[in-house]
Amino acid sequence: MSKFRKKVTEHPEVSTASLPDIVFMLLFFFMTVTVMKDTTLKVENELPNATEIKKLEKKDRVITIHVGGPNEQYKDLLGETPRIQLEDKFADVSEVGPYVLGRLAEMPEELRPFVTVSLKVDKRADMGLIIDIKEVLRDVGALKINYTTYEGDAFMNMH
Amino acid sequence: MADIAFLLLLFFLVTTTIETDAGLDRALPRKQKEPPIIDYQKKNILRVVLDKEGGLMVNEELVDVKDLREKVSGFIDNGGATADEEGYCTYCKGNADPSASDNPKKAIVAVNTHRETSYGAYITVQNELVAAYNQLRNREALGVFKMTYTAMEEAYQQPETSSAEKKELKRKIKHIQQLYPLNILEPEQL
Repeated sequence: MSKFRKKVTEHPEVSTASLPDIVFMLLFFFMTVTVMKDTTLKVENELPNATEIKKLEKKDRVITIHVGGPNEQYKDLLGETPRIQLEDKFADVSEVGPYVLGRLAEMPEELRPFVTVSLKVDKRADMGLIIDIKEVLRDVGALKINYTTYEGDAFMNMH
Repeated sequence: MADIAFLLLLFFLVTTTIETDAGLDRALPRKQKEPPIIDYQKKNILRVVLDKEGGLMVNEELVDVKDLREKVSGFIDNGGATADEEGYCTYCKGNADPSASDNPKKAIVAVNTHRETSYGAYITVQNELVAAYNQLRNREALGVFKMTYTAMEEAYQQPETSSAEKKELKRKIKHIQQLYPLNILEPEQL
């Protein structure tokens, strides 16, 4: 009978030998998907939601214009009126045209017809400024624009 | 080993910003010396006005934003021209109301916004307009090519799609776009 006596089983420790492998896998994943921020935002930039969105394909043919109220750091100095940010600085509507043309000139010629201007506008900004920017973009002939948004319920924007 | 990897992992986790580069594509009209005065029948134009409080008017009628999509797609797909008239729409499934648009090619949606309207509200309206067009395009594409329009566009953007397939897709997309052209105008403020 003693043959069938239950053995006292000891649970072996979980092996941690594969831990570095897993961590490395995650590490490589994040290393490859990481895009370093190239500009520091000086404006609030809570984009509106939309559902019918299309991806902006290639980064090298996108010109980004940020619009929004100055953020915490600049609020005291500049008030709350929405402003335009080009690269790292605040700018006036009149500076948008030269900026876009400058960026276009830097690009290889074969890409120029495909350039899209991505408007990253805070949802609380008002349309007056956007209408002005669009007018300037028409003046310089940058006709492809993209209202950059988050994906989500569009009706949330109304509040 | 794992400690160092963890450290690096944390660094990348913190610095990663998932880029949100997607949005509504729109083409601005080219600037002309003399803006063309569009001579159009009134019934072919749907006037959408968005005021500064976010109130929405469609053809002088107060409308909730949630009903905008139905209203717009109904207008575009109306097909008001009768069979013996020029511009009869063979693929429309609308009400054929003689007081609304003749066919989708003639139908124009004119959007007017106030300067003080919030950008969020504007995007909501734009989104609904595109949604209305996509809805009709999807229906048509599903009927003709057994594939929705949005799926075709997505497939076209995929890098895995071969160039022969792309050519085919482009042809199909063009065909659908031609049946339901995106005629959204933003007339100058008067």
